[in-house]
Amino acid sequence: MFKNIEHLVRLAVVMMIGVLGFVILRAAVVPHSFGQYGHYRGAAIGEIASRPVAFAGHETCEACHTDVVEQKKLGKHVVVSCEACHGALAKHADDPSSVLPKKLDTAILCARCHEANGAKPKGFPQVATAEHSGGLACDTCHQPHHPKIETAEIKTEGKK
Amino acid sequence: MEITRRRLLVLLPAAAVAWKYVLAGTPEGAPNYELTKHWWAMLIDIPKCIGCGSCVRACAEENDVPEGYYRTWIERYHVADWKIERPEVESPDGGKYGFPPHADDGGKNFFVPKLCNHCADSPCTQVCPVGATFISPDGVVLVDKSYCLGCRYCIQACPYGCRFLNPKTNTADKCTLCYHRITKGLTTACCEVCPTGARQLADLKNPKDPIHEFLKTHAVQILKPYMATGAKVFYNGMDGSVR
Repeated sequence: MFKNIEHLVRLAVVMMIGVLGFVILRAAVVPHSFGQYGHYRGAAIGEIASRPVAFAGHETCEACHTDVVEQKKLGKHVVVSCEACHGALAKHADDPSSVLPKKLDTAILCARCHEANGAKPKGFPQVATAEHSGGLACDTCHQPHHPKIETAEIKTEGKK
Repeated sequence: MEITRRRLLVLLPAAAVAWKYVLAGTPEGAPNYELTKHWWAMLIDIPKCIGCGSCVRACAEENDVPEGYYRTWIERYHVADWKIERPEVESPDGGKYGFPPHADDGGKNFFVPKLCNHCADSPCTQVCPVGATFISPDGVVLVDKSYCLGCRYCIQACPYGCRFLNPKTNTADKCTLCYHRITKGLTTACCEVCPTGARQLADLKNPKDPIHEFLKTHAVQILKPYMATGAKVFYNGMDGSVR
């Protein structure tokens, strides 16, 4: 029955070499984690997750700047996180003494949110800055951490 | 070489070992973060959005997005009285520097922040020919920069226009839902800086997340539901004119 099967054996050998070559090549070329979670390189998830952060997050700021937290609690800006105005400061949180936040220009900064615009929600406090302050920096009158101006007159007159 | 049965039997396990080597991966997730315990989404409350552009600027800074490209952007809609099918939409510089004052001419005006919808059945991941883009086990659509060929299939497949070809890397780029932040317990950069709370990161697998109560009690929509993408960016108070 198995007479003159040399040509079949030769064919089998060639095929085996082909298959082995494929397996070895694939093992060498395809990243180890490919297929770990699906049809992609599983290690990519870790690589993307390992990028450094730029914004430290308000919890980090609040750990040191407790005085500002107390101040903000009294006003409407309590919901605005620190880096919304002060910018990305993870580097400052890492090294508070040498990396210092920039001074902010309230004339530009406050207008980003509070400049009047017909598309803004009606309940949101808006002003046309040119008319409202005539180019004066907002912090001349308003304290950004506690923006409401509480003067004696306003309190006693009882008007809204 | 003559292949005997014995030699063949020796060769087969060797091949099997090679396959195992091919398939076995080393888990390289972030420490103390369990991929299977989260399912990320985002909630956008349109009536709260003031179009300040903080999210767009923060995103660019956090993720090193090149100028002129946007992983998130804000659109201003203007719907004149009855033209709900033909809204005027504008997004100067993606809303990065805010919007110029707009005369209130009786129509409806509002802002719509947009970003990758991190679709559960995303068209973009399905068309990638090399497995460079994928949805992670925690529900975030990501791009493997080192695997992407830059063929742009995914860019044209996204029905929301959320992808672009990064000119620095020549690979597809998109919102990662700040994956490097959310895996460390932080919120995304856009949600962090949003002054009115119009954007909120949500974890649908966390039973304590306020998103569940919100979804129960509000009329929430997704973009292009007829595309059956399983979009996970939920919009509250969205007008019918939004595309």
